[in-house]
Amino acid sequence: MSAPAGGLQSGFAQIGKSVYIKGELSGSEDLYLDGKVEGSIALKGNSLTVGPHGQVKGGVEAKSVVVQGKLEGNVQASERVELRKSAIVTGDITTQRLSIEEGASLKGKVDAQRADAK
Amino acid sequence: MSSVSQNFMKLFRGSSGPETIPQQGSQRLTRRSSGLGELSRMWESAEGLCVLDLGSTSATNIRHFTERGHRMYSEDLLTASTDPELLTTDENGAPALDSRKFLAANLVYPAAHFDVVLCWNLPDYLDESLVKPVVGRLWSVLKPGGMLLAFFHTRDAGPDSPCHRFHIVGADTLEMKKIELRQEARRASTGAANKATADGFQLQRVFNNRHIENLFHDFASIKFFLARDNIREVLVVR
Repeated sequence: MSAPAGGLQSGFAQIGKSVYIKGELSGSEDLYLDGKVEGSIALKGNSLTVGPHGQVKGGVEAKSVVVQGKLEGNVQASERVELRKSAIVTGDITTQRLSIEEGASLKGKVDAQRADAK
Repeated sequence: MSSVSQNFMKLFRGSSGPETIPQQGSQRLTRRSSGLGELSRMWESAEGLCVLDLGSTSATNIRHFTERGHRMYSEDLLTASTDPELLTTDENGAPALDSRKFLAANLVYPAAHFDVVLCWNLPDYLDESLVKPVVGRLWSVLKPGGMLLAFFHTRDAGPDSPCHRFHIVGADTLEMKKIELRQEARRASTGAANKATADGFQLQRVFNNRHIENLFHDFASIKFFLARDNIREVLVVR
């Protein structure tokens, strides 16, 4: 998922890079996060993308998670986790399918059925 | 006599060594690893092992172990050692890294947690001030009977031996690729404490057999495999 052009679109939420949120986030739509969040994020059944400027400090639960920025916390994805080359993840990952680009950094445990190299 | 000594050395030399398989647009080498081969026999026949990979994050390695039902932990200690907040001075005023601070943030696991630790070439490239403390911590997080694999360059390898990342591509085969530092790590003003360069990590020292034995003196046993590419593979058992 890349940043949508032209502002918010239906069923897709955005947190811009100047935004700082302290507290728990939950929702029932896909989320693109390029700001800073301190707290857990719960998007069961939906996707989370942490953009290149995004910083998350807290656990994440979603259907799929794509990380391009920093994430400090455990990640639980019912379907898929994808770490792009600029990702820096500190925490345990639990998912069915894990994809890691070369250059991504992971410090933690992996509990996955499949890990794909890119 | 020279043929006798050559035959004697053959006893210790495995078939390990590099093979260059040219791949378009990449600088990847493959090498056979006797130490890895021995470890593979263990994890192919066991279930639910706990494995710690201390090299650069490798999806290949993660897949290798998770597909076999093992639990995989990944922690890139070399990159972690480039944190500028670790900089301090030793008792002589020379630059050093704060090993207490380093171990407070890295290798934080319960005692006797891991069955296998993959050190790769970590001791050769890690700052001097961190090597012994890290090995001490690894001893404590390994289960009794747990095994650790490490690679050491011999003197013949030369001081400019590049630091590689290792991907397990077969029971005894590794794919090696030269490590390039992230932008943040390159900016770390580690100076003599790390000697990391813009191109990657520099070889810090050459261990001889005695140094290696001293480094792992708390471990129950140590086995050496000398490879043709001037790498000494070491398999230690806690």
